[in-house]
Amino acid sequence: MKKYIDTGKKDTRSGFGAGLLEAGKRDPRVVALTADLKGSLKMDAFAEEFPERFIQCGIAEANMVGVAAGLAITGKIPFAGSFAEFITGRVYDQIRQEVAYGETNVKLASSHAGITLGEDGATHQTMEDIALMRALPGMVVLNPCDYNQTKAATLAAAAWDGPVYLRFGRPSVPNFTPDDAPFEIGKALVLSEGRDVTLFATGHMVWEALQAAQALEEEGIFAEVVDIATIKPLDEDAVVKSVLKTRCAVVAEEHNAAGGLGELIAGVLARRIPAPMEMVNGGDVFGQSGTPAALMKAYGLDAAHIAAAARRALERK
Amino acid sequence: MATSQELVRIASQVRRDIVRMVAGAASGHPGGSMSSADFLTALYCEVMQHDPATWKRDGKGQDVFILSAGHLTPVYYSLLARTGYFPVAELASFRRFGTRLQGHPSVEKGLPGITQASGSLGQGLSAAAGIALGKKLDSDPQTVYVMCGDGESEEGQIWEAGMFAVHHRLDNLIAMTDWNGQQIDGPVANVSGIGDLHAKWEAFGWKVIVADGHDMDAILQAFADAKACRGGGLPVMILFRTDMGHGVDFMAGTHKWHGKAPSAEQCAEALAQLEETLGDF
Repeated sequence: MKKYIDTGKKDTRSGFGAGLLEAGKRDPRVVALTADLKGSLKMDAFAEEFPERFIQCGIAEANMVGVAAGLAITGKIPFAGSFAEFITGRVYDQIRQEVAYGETNVKLASSHAGITLGEDGATHQTMEDIALMRALPGMVVLNPCDYNQTKAATLAAAAWDGPVYLRFGRPSVPNFTPDDAPFEIGKALVLSEGRDVTLFATGHMVWEALQAAQALEEEGIFAEVVDIATIKPLDEDAVVKSVLKTRCAVVAEEHNAAGGLGELIAGVLARRIPAPMEMVNGGDVFGQSGTPAALMKAYGLDAAHIAAAARRALERK
Repeated sequence: MATSQELVRIASQVRRDIVRMVAGAASGHPGGSMSSADFLTALYCEVMQHDPATWKRDGKGQDVFILSAGHLTPVYYSLLARTGYFPVAELASFRRFGTRLQGHPSVEKGLPGITQASGSLGQGLSAAAGIALGKKLDSDPQTVYVMCGDGESEEGQIWEAGMFAVHHRLDNLIAMTDWNGQQIDGPVANVSGIGDLHAKWEAFGWKVIVADGHDMDAILQAFADAKACRGGGLPVMILFRTDMGHGVDFMAGTHKWHGKAPSAEQCAEALAQLEETLGDF
């Protein structure tokens, strides 16, 4: 299989911060808003470079989303950022009315997504955000896998005309995709080709899927690894093309089962190419305090669980 | 320049439009539309600098209006049509399947004059603040107007936006509250403890003006006073004291006509009290 090198652990939120700064340099219409989480969202460099285009909203997320919509109406490209739970669940109606139905060019910057938020515990760990944002007509949902891809996805979001939900995380994770790869919204990426089983993964789970593929290869199982960095619109043709070859699949995500990528791909397979499929996700849970690594292991969100799921899928072929 | 007598005559037609639209659709919100009809007529026909012929959603170079209390589409659509945004005849399609005149304002349907969707209460003030901030960033000197309801002000987001607008010195933002004292379930004072809006907005740091929302001279003076606050670094809230359902005796002063359509008989009875000044749609 194709080898990927971890070039040094970095947090994906810093990829967002770097992308935001670059987007701000490229386009004067880009503005950034936060609800008292400038540092956590890595917006400091942007705020320093463009103080007039950085809008501190205080701890008032609902108002922030409305203000972002208003700024978008005047032609700005606002990135409104908070923790994933507070930029989705807390303000779902504001996003629905002001951004999605209101058709405003707002980018929702969603940091600390999933269980890897870690020690703060379940109040801050959303495992439901993909489901919420997927449900909104017209919303683009991006969940890049590492620092480089998150930076590129941020630039792509800025260039996209319409609402975007951009999901990234808190902990330092392997950085392994090229630093110069453009991000194409709506395209799945085949990271490694294989013939026996397809491992579809998104976000932090992509690196885990690559590790699982390596372990499977040592057993003589050749897995194809597909990075679903755009959850909506889903690259259905890429999904079908891969499963046409492998005839079984695993879907791995740092999210609960309901409304996640697993259900989404299951729907595609049911309609277009029925095949055995296993899911690696949080199930139906709230999280708890712990280190990101401990939590990923405890909730079954790691390479070992992906490899086990792949073996189960193969047995059902 | 419209005189206040002329504005009163336009407002009479607007009230006829409201009653006829709601009766025709057998649904809609006449009560708050009637209470806000006078000051919104003044806004659209005299105060606001806008040009329907060149209007675009981005509002560049024009004043902008956001209807935060999105259920008051009858008065909003009537004024948009009467000032030339779309044909007056289209008012007959209000709330019908396929219409651009959705029950609550929609940008998706492309009705000229609608800057933002609204209807889920408490959100329009935030959007208006965002537009006002955008105008500041663009050095666009025009003003952003927004109308809220007093019942709507029970929403926490209104007060989030209230703090934001002061903090960011949005003196190009003029908000209005239709202080009619009624909401769906009854008098506002009985439904919630919203209390003294004047004291509350002052405490939030806004410049507050209180005016009789059914006295056209007082309305024009309130808007002139609000505009004169430009440059002072503070957003302005005009609290218009009004009666829900104003203009039709059996609809006035009660929450019962918040969201109820008149029967054909009641419609005729209401229209008998409202002079047709510009020709019905």
